[in-house]
Amino acid sequence: MGIEVNGRKIDWIENESVSKLLKRMKYTFPLVVVKINKDIVLRSEFNNKIIPDNSKIDVVHMISGG
Amino acid sequence: MVDGQIQIQNYNTGNSKNNWDLNKIKLKHKTICEYEYAKKDIQKGYANRTLYVNLSNGIIKEKKVTEEMKKLFTGGRGFGLKLLWDSIKPNTRWDSDENELIITTGPLCGVTQYPGSGKSLCLTISPSTDIICDSNVGGFFGPYLKFAGFDAIEIQGKAKEDVIIIIDGEKGKISIETAPLEETNSHMISEQLTQMYASENNDESKQKISIVSAGKGAENSYWGCLNFSFYDIRRKYPRLKQAGRGGLGSVLRNKKIKAILTKVEKFDGVSNNPADAETLAKVGTKLHREIRDLDRYQCNMRAVGTVHLVEIMDDYDLLPTENYRFGSFPKASKLYSPNFYKLFTKIIPDGCWHGCTMACAKTVDCFTVMTGPYKGEKVTVDGPEYETVGCGSNMSIWDPLWILEFNFYCDTYGLDTISTGTAIAFYMEMYEYGILNKKRCDGLELCFGNAEAVLEFMHRIARGEKSDFIAIASKGIRRVKDWLIKNKWGDTHIIEECGMESKGLEYSEYVTKESLAMQGGYGLTLKGPQHDEAWLIFMDMVNNAIPTFKDKAEALHYFPMWRTWFGLNGLCKLPWNDVEPRNNAEIDDPSKVPEHVQNYVDYQNAVTGWDVNKEELILQSERCYNWQRAMNVWLGRGRRKDDWIPYRSMGPVTVMEYISRKDRYDKNLIEKIGISDEKIEKMETEEKIKIIYDFRKDQYQKLSDAVYYRRGWTPNGVPTPEKMKKLGLKDTKMLKMLQDKIVKDEKAGLNNWGGNYKNKNEKPNNGIKYW
Repeated sequence: MGIEVNGRKIDWIENESVSKLLKRMKYTFPLVVVKINKDIVLRSEFNNKIIPDNSKIDVVHMISGG
Repeated sequence: MVDGQIQIQNYNTGNSKNNWDLNKIKLKHKTICEYEYAKKDIQKGYANRTLYVNLSNGIIKEKKVTEEMKKLFTGGRGFGLKLLWDSIKPNTRWDSDENELIITTGPLCGVTQYPGSGKSLCLTISPSTDIICDSNVGGFFGPYLKFAGFDAIEIQGKAKEDVIIIIDGEKGKISIETAPLEETNSHMISEQLTQMYASENNDESKQKISIVSAGKGAENSYWGCLNFSFYDIRRKYPRLKQAGRGGLGSVLRNKKIKAILTKVEKFDGVSNNPADAETLAKVGTKLHREIRDLDRYQCNMRAVGTVHLVEIMDDYDLLPTENYRFGSFPKASKLYSPNFYKLFTKIIPDGCWHGCTMACAKTVDCFTVMTGPYKGEKVTVDGPEYETVGCGSNMSIWDPLWILEFNFYCDTYGLDTISTGTAIAFYMEMYEYGILNKKRCDGLELCFGNAEAVLEFMHRIARGEKSDFIAIASKGIRRVKDWLIKNKWGDTHIIEECGMESKGLEYSEYVTKESLAMQGGYGLTLKGPQHDEAWLIFMDMVNNAIPTFKDKAEALHYFPMWRTWFGLNGLCKLPWNDVEPRNNAEIDDPSKVPEHVQNYVDYQNAVTGWDVNKEELILQSERCYNWQRAMNVWLGRGRRKDDWIPYRSMGPVTVMEYISRKDRYDKNLIEKIGISDEKIEKMETEEKIKIIYDFRKDQYQKLSDAVYYRRGWTPNGVPTPEKMKKLGLKDTKMLKMLQDKIVKDEKAGLNNWGGNYKNKNEKPNNGIKYW
């Protein structure tokens, strides 16, 4: 069991929402785009959308900085 | 009025009041020369002339801006490069008589309908780097310079005594006057001149004045910044924004200019006279609404400005602490944005130019100064911005009040917070290793966290003290490295690799060890390690979106070109990607914020009446970017060796750094270099550091190869004449110079790829002399 976040393999946690995954990854930057198996997850769904096992997650941080 | 907003008439900063005999000060002025000019309206974003002032011989004249100049250089920084090329020589240095200080505007500068449209671009030959430095800044000066009649001011020569240059757009007159009695430090002279030159003693008149100045610190160091004033009608006080990088303020004071003042007769929403005001209003309104509705859920710039980045950088191990040894620190939460939010004056709009809804210029009013000549006075502190707070963490100073103190004195002394903070952080690390000590530091205990020593060091610079340490340390890291090595006070490797400068300019405040692309974003740059060309850390290190050298090279082509474009037009980059449209995530290439790019296409067309597309915006930048690189080559630099970076920005220099992130580096040895777990267990830390050191240095060379190739440069980093011609740049003197330099490099064996390639197909190109 496991998932891939931005190309890096990590453990899968049952019933973990997108918000909780972002917290676990310490992804605190506000301008992120999240895709689960290439499907975009709307920000409004971050608290409810559960991460499935074996999924590939992209957490795209918009550039910002500077 | 927003609920809770303070009425203008009810707001009082609580600051100390200064009472000057302004008549006496003004009576001491002596007019050196004057020049009258015809007042004209702006046409589609251009004043169509620039102003030339020579302080050595008193010549003041106008120069025409031709259509060809607009086509090739667009405006802003592009105009500055063209003016410099026509005026300086390859051996011109920062303090040469012919060096120029140029302040430019850009065709979109001064627009009030679109956020972030009040930027000036300043250029000179830098004391730190001996090449061109450009720096952008907000405040009212740029728009007012244009509305007074000029797309740029170009100042050459040196005055014999302290002067002020006055551009009076009300009367159509330029004058140079001696100014013996004015204060030098910026928060004082800005207030004095605003009061002295306002046509009437009211806010409306004071708001029509903007002043450029640099303080006593700029006079006595290579870190001089320029302070640009903008009169705040609520605070009844001229606030300051800084063109920080590269020693522009040092050049101002070397020319004995105390201030440059511009005054407008009037300005309004159509002063820039756009070709299509309706489209401009439409595209601007769309972004205003976006910022109003979305900023609070995104970067929160309107509440805390760029300080919102502190906690994010700490979380991602990117916040420089103890001279970039680490990217996060247990005490860092003391500097998180809520701690500054408590100190900022709230419910007052804070834009540095009219019409900027992003309004990120935060302010602390009634701050009680703790040290130095203004000890005990109550002052307004403009800032801090993220970079200044990052300097605090880099020096291991964790008290917001000391950050404000540092911020205030850097500003009023005219010291760039970034160069000052980064350099002191290096001196502190050298102090910790015993390479510097109390004796060598002129009695200062310059150890990490000693904020009082930091301020005392700055006061001594401002006082012009001449001890060895103050004289050398105020010239920056590069000179201190040479001094320490010459005196054999420490290990050359430690001194060279820990001092965070490249090309002679100090780094800005991001840890780049785990992002090769961002190492290039700092090193493979025109002026030196400033993040305004590219900020790729998240895209590279976190998103893992540009894994190959070719991907990284493409990013190091596109983003520097895109960000350069803001400087050609007189714009701030923040409204481009520090707020994003609600549906940005759902479209292709979200990192580029495509809807905002289209806004800028529409915006430039609406002002100038042109019909360009997004590819042409990049082309505008590419011309100027290559021109600037070619000028660096002409000035004797702009080669691969000049793009080198200290190893502290690539990986761990010391054992302590390695151990602090041991898991990460051990994993790196396994996954990237192919060393087995068992072998790693048996290796000494020093041995592991050496392997990573060799690997990462080679990675940087390979990145340089890929980037030079993508940009159309030789393997030694020189733009080719063919590339220049392709961009429409056909200046014969420049093309010949480039060809000569390439031939010379060829003879010296320098046109070779820098990476160590096992397979020749890994090279960017195997063609013989593809260039």
